[in-house]
Amino acid sequence: MASVDRSIERSNQEGGGELSFWQRTKRTRTAYLYLVPAFFVMAIITFYPIGYQFWMSLTDFGARSVNPYAKTYVAPKYVGFDNYTKILNNDIKKIDADLNTFNFWRILGFNLWWTFSNVIFHVGLGIIIAVVLNIEGLWFKRIYRAIYILPMVLPQLVIATVWRNMFDAQSGAVNLGLAAVGRLFNANPDSFHIRWLQQIEDPIPGIPLPLSYFAMLIANIWLGWPFMTIVATGALQSIPKELYEAASIDGATGIQQFWKITLPLLRPAMVPATILGIITTFNLFYIIYFISEGGPLGRTEILVTQAYKLIQGNSLYGIGAAFSVYMFVILGAISAITAKISRVAESYDA
Amino acid sequence: MLDTATNEVSTAPRKGLFARGRGSGRQISPWQQLMLQAFCLIVAISVLFPIMWIVSMSLEGRDYQRPSTLQVLPSKITFDAYQAVIEQPTSASSPVSFWRLALNSFYLAAGVSFFSVLIGVSAAYAFSRFEFTGRKWLFLSIGFILLMPSIATLAPLFAMLSRIQASWTIYKLIYFGVGGVMLIGTLLIAVNRLREGEITLRSGSLIALGLAVGALLIYGGISVDPDAKGQFNLRTSLYGVGFAMISGALPFAIWNLKGYLDTIPKELEEAAIIDGASPNQIFFRIVLPLATPALAVTAFLGFMSGWTEFALSFQFINVPENYTLAMALRTMTGQYATVPWSKFSAMSMMISIPVSVVYLMLQKYIVGGLTLGGVKG
Repeated sequence: MASVDRSIERSNQEGGGELSFWQRTKRTRTAYLYLVPAFFVMAIITFYPIGYQFWMSLTDFGARSVNPYAKTYVAPKYVGFDNYTKILNNDIKKIDADLNTFNFWRILGFNLWWTFSNVIFHVGLGIIIAVVLNIEGLWFKRIYRAIYILPMVLPQLVIATVWRNMFDAQSGAVNLGLAAVGRLFNANPDSFHIRWLQQIEDPIPGIPLPLSYFAMLIANIWLGWPFMTIVATGALQSIPKELYEAASIDGATGIQQFWKITLPLLRPAMVPATILGIITTFNLFYIIYFISEGGPLGRTEILVTQAYKLIQGNSLYGIGAAFSVYMFVILGAISAITAKISRVAESYDA
Repeated sequence: MLDTATNEVSTAPRKGLFARGRGSGRQISPWQQLMLQAFCLIVAISVLFPIMWIVSMSLEGRDYQRPSTLQVLPSKITFDAYQAVIEQPTSASSPVSFWRLALNSFYLAAGVSFFSVLIGVSAAYAFSRFEFTGRKWLFLSIGFILLMPSIATLAPLFAMLSRIQASWTIYKLIYFGVGGVMLIGTLLIAVNRLREGEITLRSGSLIALGLAVGALLIYGGISVDPDAKGQFNLRTSLYGVGFAMISGALPFAIWNLKGYLDTIPKELEEAAIIDGASPNQIFFRIVLPLATPALAVTAFLGFMSGWTEFALSFQFINVPENYTLAMALRTMTGQYATVPWSKFSAMSMMISIPVSVVYLMLQKYIVGGLTLGGVKG
């Protein structure tokens, strides 16, 4: 729009020679006018609550401080940074029996690992399937494309609840399917009552991840790769075919072409999509809350689900607010890091 | 790199030595075709498996408790389970009807998406087309809020909205006031139009709509009984949940619409400026009409997230008559749910189908927008 700005400036200058401050800022004022409705609403329901949240995090705001008109009302008391230190020292375990597995650093560590492991699979599978679907001469491409988009189309809430029942120990489709396969090999069908979501012992010795993590990993891979495939397909179709022809003339094998042509040219599209994937997976509420509910023993809890439980289940509004402030800081750091990485990737392209 | 490649191709004797029946790409052998088909088929089956499972369970009838064998194709086709959900969506102790739940979800989703697109589009226009002081920082602040899950401001919103309570009499008066103004206003316009004899189909239907909405509001005011309901609490009402949801939907709408508006070519606007159009005229006469598909897609995405919103509703609403579909689905899931799984499946299907069908129809626009507006900014 720079040219329009210039043309307006030009017409202004033609009109009146010297511009007063009022005239010079005309466009800024018009812009602000367009911003007023949105920022007015956001001031009330977004920015003010963020400030209010900080105040709440410095108090012992509890269930009885919610309703100021009730007889049992207790005004929240200022406690300084108590809530913050309690969270870091895991002292809030002692408040409620529900919280006796609370461990801030474990939750943060699991959240980061959860994000990393999921996004790796999403991007890897997404690119592989996009490349396969892009192969010339492959039959039924359109049918496959139509099927592969389905996980994106369904509401996440429904996907999460359905996978919760899929992993049910007694009647879930996963165990029943395994039993059906086992029957082919004369295995005892009763041996397939795997308690996917409740089993406490780690399935792989030496790796401290519960079985429910692997169950949710399967569910979330199912949910996440189609988005990456769609992004990658768009980028693949814009790669000129002549590049591959030239490479094969020069004697490059298919695998060499993939590493030297396909991947580098996919990167500009995949980097922003990966960042989006990192942020959404980091905050993926529905899958964790509905499938494992953070269990067993709170070991698959991530920051969002723990914050929700502090507020929703335990009515610890002050501590929940402090926990959310930590979330703001952590997410800010992650987005700063990813922005930096994407900038490095961009400069590498140029 | 690209230039040298095309040069080589044009100089290479492609037609002779390297001709493989096609202009480009590698031709795959039957063996490769077989392997790739197997791969694609496995992926397709893995995608369809949960979907087929839930579809076939939903067709099993109302008393199909839990499966004991794996079944991805229905043994019979009956819509009993769907009927059972409509008759009694949750447990017998909860008196909410299915239509009440669906209407609540619809009101929330439609209201939130309409409102956030309505006020989001003007902000998106400002970010897309104006250079002004603080543009970068204001836009980054929106991006930062977009990163935050809605749960990150749950505690303060809960506390703030809980403080707003009033007698239902005030609520009733608001209904009467707004409804009355609408009725009288539309009537005045109608009388005026009638006297001038200028009633067209369009103005006539608008007048009818105004009268109908006004009458509905008045009826709503009459039907509210302040004595029976105690206090009106903003937090437990759908309005409160709606406010909280807009706090997440509005930044998304601004961000998404700005991405779309950036792709609308500016030549038309430049031509309009030369013709002496003001920024307002450009916005209403040129940008808004061109952005209609983008508005529809953004509104739909807002609708979809509102239609299945769970976390805020579950925390805020404690009045059964305000429960939503997502909250009802929650009671049907999990270890201790006693609902037959055919009913759970039918409920999942009924929640998914309306939004999924629209998603598939808008797919082309949505995918383009997600990758473009969502990330590149």
